[in-house]
Amino acid sequence: MKNFVKFGLTAAAVTVMSSPLAAQETPGIDERVNEAFAAVTGPFVSLIFAPFPGTEFPWIVMWLVVAATVFTIYFGFVQFRFFKHAIHLVKGDYADPNDAGEVSHFQALTTALSGTVGLGNIAGVAVAVGIGGPGATFWMILAGLLGMASKFTECTLGVKYRNEYPDGTVSGGPMYYISKGFKELGIPGGGFLAILFSIFCILGALGGGNMFQANQAHAQISGIVGDYPGWITGIIFAVVVFAVIVGGIKSIANVTEKVVPFMGILYVGAALVILIVNYDMIGWAFSQIFVGAFTGLGVAGGFVGALIQGFKRAAFSNEAGVGSAAIAHSAVKTKEPITEGFVSLLEPLIDTVVICTMTALVIVISQQLIVDPATGNYLLNEAGTAISTVDGNTGVSLTSAAFGASISWFPYVLAVAVVLFAFSTMISWSYYGLKAWTYLFGEGKTSELTFKIIFCVFIVIGAAASLGPVIDFSDAAIFAMAVVNIFCLYFLMRVVKKELSSYATRLDAGEIKRFSH
Amino acid sequence: MTEKIVIGLDGTDTGERALAFAKDLASKIDACELLAVYVIEWSPFTFQTAEENERRHNRREEEINLAMSRIVDPAVEGLKAAGFKATGLVRHGDVAETLNKLTVENGGTQIIVGRASSDGFAKRIFGSSTQNLVMHADVPVTVVA
Repeated sequence: MKNFVKFGLTAAAVTVMSSPLAAQETPGIDERVNEAFAAVTGPFVSLIFAPFPGTEFPWIVMWLVVAATVFTIYFGFVQFRFFKHAIHLVKGDYADPNDAGEVSHFQALTTALSGTVGLGNIAGVAVAVGIGGPGATFWMILAGLLGMASKFTECTLGVKYRNEYPDGTVSGGPMYYISKGFKELGIPGGGFLAILFSIFCILGALGGGNMFQANQAHAQISGIVGDYPGWITGIIFAVVVFAVIVGGIKSIANVTEKVVPFMGILYVGAALVILIVNYDMIGWAFSQIFVGAFTGLGVAGGFVGALIQGFKRAAFSNEAGVGSAAIAHSAVKTKEPITEGFVSLLEPLIDTVVICTMTALVIVISQQLIVDPATGNYLLNEAGTAISTVDGNTGVSLTSAAFGASISWFPYVLAVAVVLFAFSTMISWSYYGLKAWTYLFGEGKTSELTFKIIFCVFIVIGAAASLGPVIDFSDAAIFAMAVVNIFCLYFLMRVVKKELSSYATRLDAGEIKRFSH
Repeated sequence: MTEKIVIGLDGTDTGERALAFAKDLASKIDACELLAVYVIEWSPFTFQTAEENERRHNRREEEINLAMSRIVDPAVEGLKAAGFKATGLVRHGDVAETLNKLTVENGGTQIIVGRASSDGFAKRIFGSSTQNLVMHADVPVTVVA
């Protein structure tokens, strides 16, 4: 019976998915999807990316950076003071042996990382460097370092205010800490803000956690096998994701979860090999990064352009301040919520400071960005919006070409990595989106199935649309989450401060027991 | 001094043989306690999905209850019925490391385990739990064939 139900659901999904297939006869379906999508999402995107009056600086970028700076100062540079302690926690030095078998700090961290390490690190960085030049990397690293404090704040709250149900399962995330935390502090409006966050979280799950992934996975595959309509990739992805999240085919998810970390290591390894082979250019690459950070080296918008791109892509990649990681981190077993905060601050470090920087260095060193020999500045494309690249590559194809310039077969490995990263990010975000969805509409089979079907439909749309509108909507949706989340974090940060002071005092006094050394 | 024998169970025939051997040995010692231990193979360093994490607490309880009711409790009852003073424990972790740690924690004076029941590629690379235990245990270990 169970199998019959599963089959029925899969068949229903295939029917739902097949609607774009039916429209196949009409030529240019990708363009039509693209146009319709851009028209619908345009106003939302414009609002989120509205510049400060009289400038071109989007207010949202400032919003994220100011928050990360405030948290960094408010918690006394917690990302550096407790960095070593975070490593000890991940190693399990403070794990009570009696809790063996529960979710460890390492597991909570890697689960959250599999949701963040992905195309943002490969394609997103290429977008940033392609538009903002190498200087964007400097601002990206800075944003990554500051973002560690934002992540620390939200993940501590995620564990502190999670819901623990009688059946032993847990649910946590901004919607829970906003509603419960505000209530505890006697601040009104928590319920409304939690709902608002959940709505944006669903949009973020459908945008950055889904469409952007599908879009770039398609770009990568078609770059290798030749151009073909995006909706075909979309449908294949949708069917596999559907099989996992609705059909409960755990084996696919399990395989991905186990392969993705190795792909991450392989990616960083390949980048290191390229850097070692071109060791004589590393100094030059860093000088391009530093000089470009303050002069822009001729990129559109000058150094402000580099700064905006760097900050934007860092936030999109490590999601610090967005609130998504708080959902993933809240399942950990710990008596001290703050310990998960310490562990989570490693996430932007690994994601942005290490992996994103690797990508940026490889792109710069491989000289995919065309320099005007006369001025030493970068040449812009005809529209003047981005730097001209060899073969006109952008996004993931730029990264692929950069790696391919040194290791000819690496684009094939990258294609596999991209598909797997995209897939694991989609699975993670389907979970985040679902948690927000169930927060709004309640838990139940029909409610959950509705969200999962919508999620799969958006995979097809994401793969069919072109990069521009998809990336705009993805960024806008994810940043909209940050608008609500950070606003609430300002009210709740004193709760974290109290936890931090108490923990630090007990740690210094030797009251926090270390079980292994 | 009371002798405390720790028996490593694995839910298979080899565990049963270890149990029978421990019984035989205990009957020859005047003051002897027995501790039956089952270790559920688990590592804090695996990669999991968010959904698995969400349900992990529950799964852990189920795993412990199952190991208790199917393996450890029957063994302890058998030992008690035979007139021995016996207790049981279930713990998650690396089998060899955890068995040794529990022995030390509970004042065990020796460990009895069955010979590795599995063979194959993984064993050739990583060695069996029994081999690891013999190499690293803090108390004498008897391996029952």
